[in-house]
Amino acid sequence: MSHWAESYPLHRRDVAKTLLHAREDMLIITGLGSTNWDFTAAGDSPRTFPLWGAMGGAVSMGLGLALAQPDKRILVATGDGEMLMGIGSLATVAVQAPKNMSICVFDNERYGETGMQMTHTATVTDLALTAQGLGIKNAAVIKDESELKAELQAITHGDGPIFRVIKVRAEPLDFVLPSKDGVHLKNRFRAELLGPGAV
Amino acid sequence: MYEWGDDIFKAFKEAGIDQVAFVPDAGHKRLINACIADNDIKAISLTTEEEGIAVSAGAWLGGKKCVMLMQSSGVGNCINMLSLIETCRFPFVAFVTMRGEWHEFNPWQMPMGTTTKQALETAGCLVDEVSDPHDVGARAAAALHKAFVGQQSTALLLSQRLVPVKTFGK
Repeated sequence: MSHWAESYPLHRRDVAKTLLHAREDMLIITGLGSTNWDFTAAGDSPRTFPLWGAMGGAVSMGLGLALAQPDKRILVATGDGEMLMGIGSLATVAVQAPKNMSICVFDNERYGETGMQMTHTATVTDLALTAQGLGIKNAAVIKDESELKAELQAITHGDGPIFRVIKVRAEPLDFVLPSKDGVHLKNRFRAELLGPGAV
Repeated sequence: MYEWGDDIFKAFKEAGIDQVAFVPDAGHKRLINACIADNDIKAISLTTEEEGIAVSAGAWLGGKKCVMLMQSSGVGNCINMLSLIETCRFPFVAFVTMRGEWHEFNPWQMPMGTTTKQALETAGCLVDEVSDPHDVGARAAAALHKAFVGQQSTALLLSQRLVPVKTFGK
């Protein structure tokens, strides 16, 4: 059970590319840490806000943004470790039920930044079932490329809140780092979304 | 008893607050109910206070204003998440009802109640305190201005003297 993730067919960098290719004007929050590098490798954008810290906060930040911008699609892309730390935020999302919000958890069943230690999803925890139990009924697992392709439309346009666990291979990858200047990341996002007067 | 919660609500409306995130609290009951009943305010009940910090940041990214309501014990849950506010210089404002400082019945409230101000200041938050019910409205308006006009991280501590003494029937 503990080593299966090393042979999962989906590569996280390819998943990020596929999601970005379909993004249109979607706003994206990426969670600490590997999903930041995945989305930067696939193409940095002012419409993407990478979190270098605040572990457990990605979904909550996405919720505040989704409620503030109900006409825009919001995607939170984060890892299984980051999601587990803020797991209660899924219940908060379920109650608010933003139609414009999708959450994709890149689940390699590991804490990638700290030495690839197993997370709870490597053994007993099922995040999709957890999300359903917390009230996000549209929750499912994606395990291969054909399932990812079949789910793209739902992730980018479906009635939210949508929660997808994407099982990705546990593999060592190079760092591809976005800016770590939080003020810059905030200002570029607001200028892009709200215009230069917002900075 | 003077309903200072109504003055905070009035300050919210004057400042154009769009979202109010909260962990339910007896001292904030009247204010929370007013926010839930308001059609222009998104009232967001949280499972833990730290969610509200990130919600506030997300709201500002999207061009909206979010405030937080919580109790002093909840401040301890927020510390690392406040790094998001400080590092990115997001505006932030919390209205904190105090425990552990005035006729406290429950010793379990003392550790956070006696260190709330220091904890917030250590996390980069500018703290103001109020115990006069008739001054709450002005202090609330100033806190909102400090956050959304002055673009600071701030908290207004609402003294335990402002809320009825809780005795658990003893």
